[in-house]
Amino acid sequence: MPHRRSSAQHSQVRPLFEYAIVRRAFLDAFAKLDPRVQLRNPVMFVVAVGALLTTAFWLRDFFTHGGAVGFDFAIAAWLWFTVLFANFAEAVAEGRGKAQAEHLRRTKSDTIARRRTPDGAIEEISASRLRRGDVVVVDAGEIVPGDGDIVEGAATIDESAITGESAPVVREAGGDRSAVTGGTRVLSDSIVVRIATNPGESFLDRMIALVEGAQRQKTPNEIALSILLSALTIVFVLVVATLSPFLSFTGTHASTVVLVALLVCLIPTTIGGLLSAIGIAGMDRVMQRNVLATSGRAVEASGDVDTLLLDKTGTITLGNRQASEILVAPGCDAEAARLAALLSSLSDETPEGRSLITLARSLLGEASENIPEGSTFVPFSAYTRMSGVDLPDGRKIRKGAPDSVVTWCKEFGPGRNPLAGEVERVARRGETPLLLAVDGEIVALIALKDILKPMMSERFARLRAMGIRTVMITGDNPLTAAAIAKEAGVDDFLAEATPEAKMNLIKREQSAGRLVAMTGDGTNDAPALAQADVGVAMNSGTQAAKEAANMIDLDSDPTKLIEVVEIGKQLLMTRGALTTFSIANDVAKYFAILPALFISSYPAMAALNIMHLATPQSAILSAIIFNALIIIALIPLAIRGVRYEPRGAAVALRTNVLIYGLGGVIVPFVGIKAIDLLLQALHLAG
Amino acid sequence: MSLTGWLQAALVFGALLALTKPLGSYMFAVFTGRRTRLSPVLAPVEAAIYRLGGVGVDDEMSWQRYTFAMLAFSAISFFYLFVLLLVQGWLPLNPQHFPNLSPGLAWNTAISFLTNTNWQFYAGESTLSYLSQMAGLAWHNFVSAGVGIAIAIAVVRGITAKTATTLGSFWVDLTRACLYVLLPISAALAIVYVAQGIPQNFTPYRTVATISGGRQTITGGPMASQEAIKDLGTNGGGFVNANSASPNENPTPLTNVLEVLSILLIGASLTYTYGKMAGDTGQGWALFAAMSVLFVIGFGVMYHAEAAGNPLLHHLGVRGGNMVGKESRFGIAGSALFDEASTATSCGAVNAMLDSFMPLGGLVAMVNLQLGEVVFGGVGSGLYGMLEFVVLTVFIAGLMVGRTPELLGKKIERREVQLALLAFLVTPLMVLVPTAIAVLIPAGTATLGNSGPHGFSEILYAFTSANANNGSAFAGLGDNRFFNISTGIVMFFGRFFMAIPLLALAGSLAEKKKVVAGRGTFSTSSTTFVVLLIGTILIVGALTFLPVDALGPIADHYLLHSGRTF
Repeated sequence: MPHRRSSAQHSQVRPLFEYAIVRRAFLDAFAKLDPRVQLRNPVMFVVAVGALLTTAFWLRDFFTHGGAVGFDFAIAAWLWFTVLFANFAEAVAEGRGKAQAEHLRRTKSDTIARRRTPDGAIEEISASRLRRGDVVVVDAGEIVPGDGDIVEGAATIDESAITGESAPVVREAGGDRSAVTGGTRVLSDSIVVRIATNPGESFLDRMIALVEGAQRQKTPNEIALSILLSALTIVFVLVVATLSPFLSFTGTHASTVVLVALLVCLIPTTIGGLLSAIGIAGMDRVMQRNVLATSGRAVEASGDVDTLLLDKTGTITLGNRQASEILVAPGCDAEAARLAALLSSLSDETPEGRSLITLARSLLGEASENIPEGSTFVPFSAYTRMSGVDLPDGRKIRKGAPDSVVTWCKEFGPGRNPLAGEVERVARRGETPLLLAVDGEIVALIALKDILKPMMSERFARLRAMGIRTVMITGDNPLTAAAIAKEAGVDDFLAEATPEAKMNLIKREQSAGRLVAMTGDGTNDAPALAQADVGVAMNSGTQAAKEAANMIDLDSDPTKLIEVVEIGKQLLMTRGALTTFSIANDVAKYFAILPALFISSYPAMAALNIMHLATPQSAILSAIIFNALIIIALIPLAIRGVRYEPRGAAVALRTNVLIYGLGGVIVPFVGIKAIDLLLQALHLAG
Repeated sequence: MSLTGWLQAALVFGALLALTKPLGSYMFAVFTGRRTRLSPVLAPVEAAIYRLGGVGVDDEMSWQRYTFAMLAFSAISFFYLFVLLLVQGWLPLNPQHFPNLSPGLAWNTAISFLTNTNWQFYAGESTLSYLSQMAGLAWHNFVSAGVGIAIAIAVVRGITAKTATTLGSFWVDLTRACLYVLLPISAALAIVYVAQGIPQNFTPYRTVATISGGRQTITGGPMASQEAIKDLGTNGGGFVNANSASPNENPTPLTNVLEVLSILLIGASLTYTYGKMAGDTGQGWALFAAMSVLFVIGFGVMYHAEAAGNPLLHHLGVRGGNMVGKESRFGIAGSALFDEASTATSCGAVNAMLDSFMPLGGLVAMVNLQLGEVVFGGVGSGLYGMLEFVVLTVFIAGLMVGRTPELLGKKIERREVQLALLAFLVTPLMVLVPTAIAVLIPAGTATLGNSGPHGFSEILYAFTSANANNGSAFAGLGDNRFFNISTGIVMFFGRFFMAIPLLALAGSLAEKKKVVAGRGTFSTSSTTFVVLLIGTILIVGALTFLPVDALGPIADHYLLHSGRTF
């Protein structure tokens, strides 16, 4: 079967602010003023209540002609903007997620399923009504109505609607390639599929729910962070609420509007307003890489991964090997043997076959053109484990696994293998030996070599820099495995791996306190996938594997795990960075508002006005405006995530503390002063 | 500021640094049940106590049982002292024939000593009998400190456990803390104090004629023994009202230095014990470093403010620093050092009048209390208070390295954050709300000695000190029923609503699997972490208290410099 390798080229890179998304988000920002939506976010709920309160005070002053009407209006307006900006951030992230989901959902548009009833009759029903256990028949040209396993037949399937990969794939009943995904198209043959999910429970459905705010479950870390933000909000509510009696004790009066303004400035609105956008955008980034996650928890956990188990074949090496050598048996004509090798592979469409053709042609030169007319090609079959050609002159050429070829030779005679020693030597070297025989006589040995995927050692170095250990899993013997592991640059390997050995390895790592991630596709991978903390199933794998995993890679690219790990880390870093930034901002806001608040009772406190803001009103207004605008300014960061580079924790921490901690202290001083100057220039504040 | 002043501070700090490791290792041995040099003498006594109390040494307790035992013990101790104070007039060892205490004052005093606060609304030498002092207050001086150490050890066990469901035995920890740690050091200190001239007797007060012709009452009593545990257990409740400013409690510069050192000693050494229990002494030194930096900053500001003196007096031609309310035998440096140590820890003993400090000097004292007494802190409570900040710092900073935050390999998740924040919320709640109530009702302002920001500072300081279980006061605030009851409640919450969430946190962490540290895990013993920890403590503290401090000492400071006093 053709091995598909794909990667980032299929992921859609969406511009940050797409017109349609922004327009929709603009409207959604208002729709999200619904108190039920606001209640989901305690920090922003406090801002919304504050906005209502200041609006009420403004209206009162407006009709009674008392107080500072213009100032109250400005504060009320900016508080509403603060709420709307936060809503807008969430709506933009949701819009991007939805656009991505739409792209996937288009493949789910309602199709007609032909369900087989228990008595064998076929009835047509809507695909959306299919339930787990239903059996449907899908013919060539039809769309698979839902996720499931093939129970009868085999077919070529076009999965491009989901993966973007145009090469069709073969799926057949039984074995590890029996799973089909709803929305893909059957190209040839007819299959019978047992549906594996109920309506609304497919992976796609779950993934769509993860990026749509309404149904989104907060992830564990997000909840923990929300608790921190709520606690800070409670502290600041206490601080501001008790300030009023303290001020009156010292003979000052502060208007409720000013106190609300102070409260909103202090509570962590920056991170509070962007928190859900960060989470949604993280899921969206995962989905853009064609990975379906069953939960946000899984993506978060992938950031914590300590050990990564990677299958050798298909992940570290190209799934196919390349012919590296043709060893001619003693006493045989070298040119004839090479020509036989070439002829045996002409019908072989596998990359191994093609690589042998290339090798033979380069060895033969001119002589490679002598292909007899009228040859009959014998395709590879799993039964014979050989392929070859029957020439018009009656000669039969076969190529295949050594034991199969020897068995075939025995039909002609003694079946002596003059290359038995060579076969063993090649195997020990970490390569795969094939034998080539003509009419029962072994003429040559072909060595197939594992070819490392390009850039793999760089990727492993990157993982090492992040603190993640890579372990290669292979069925090869330890010698071969060691040779390949060394060449690929993985940290460790598990040779002669059986599913049990794999499972034990995971358990051992876990009991040593490590978080393990792995990829898998076969049914026998399912227990290990379920045991691993992060399991990524290949979309080409079985339904059992997919059920056991917490993520599915639609491109069936095992190295994708590395990107998911990076997204998981980036997600947490973005939250931490913006929380630090948000809290650090408060220092400057205090220096803006406190002098403004106290100056009437203690003129000497003007010394605390280190920014030299023009007037108390201007100081408070500048702080509130900065507080609102910073949310908008940070939307791109929330959606893209902070810049991620693989490096040790110590360096990452230092860098981020400098940028977001120190930066968080300094930026608002500059910003508030600038807004104050602008307000003065425009004569907007008293 | 003078070189000798700084040298004195350096001497104390050097001694503290030298003692932290040996005492920390000793406590590690004591609390992990290893034999120590004192075991031959004390082990039989320990065994006898367990037999008497029916305690099994290996009776491991879940965090719930541990907490329950701690609360039950505290409740009984509280009622014991409460009743003792109510009936002291009928009991022996009362040569001055002091009457029974009023219920309000008895409640406040009993809570105060139970919680290791030692807030004193009474004057010891004119209110309490020798029996109340020795059998009542001194008992609490030992066991409240012992309870603090036990809680700290249990919390550390939870954090450092491989995977456990228990935190140790409260009774064993309490017994060992008192028997192996507090008693021997106190005994040694008391002997030195007697040699330095602190009284230790049961004789009635003597009234003598002075040279100048007046009459003076010279107090007596078992002071040296009380003095030792007052400082060592960060209790701070003086035998006499003037506390360590009195020549009876703190006669010489040597006793002053020893008292400062003993105030800081256990709090500092416990950081090393923590490191040992974590299997990585760097962890302990990181906390020690963060505490030291905050201590030196505090001392520097306080010393500077006091040494700079009062600008109003400078205008009148009076040179020098602020000596008002200070003892000339200690000087400015000796006073600043003592009071920085006493407010940074939850001791609360004073050798000078905080009320007479410069506004900024007083601000340092107040900020020390507001930060949650984590700069060496109270015995035990300083460590677990610091660990609460460590959990919060690890959570915020840990996110920035892109992993679920971990402390010593234990993941800090929802429940841990919740519990750390619960403990964290107690301080703003118990300081700001009662202060607001006090300024709103007549009873809250009736006993104020000063008006304006200084008067405000007095109320604020009272609740801040009560919540922090410190016990020092901006004198000038008198007691009445409102303050007796309200500060009592605040002390209770400040102690137990801090300790219970942390024990729960320890219980939750104990059950977690330990994750191995890799390159992706950030180190909690690095300089970066120490800086972050200090930053978190300062920023979080500042954000909560800057407005009130601005209305109190900061306003006081600016007004003083513009020529107004209160």
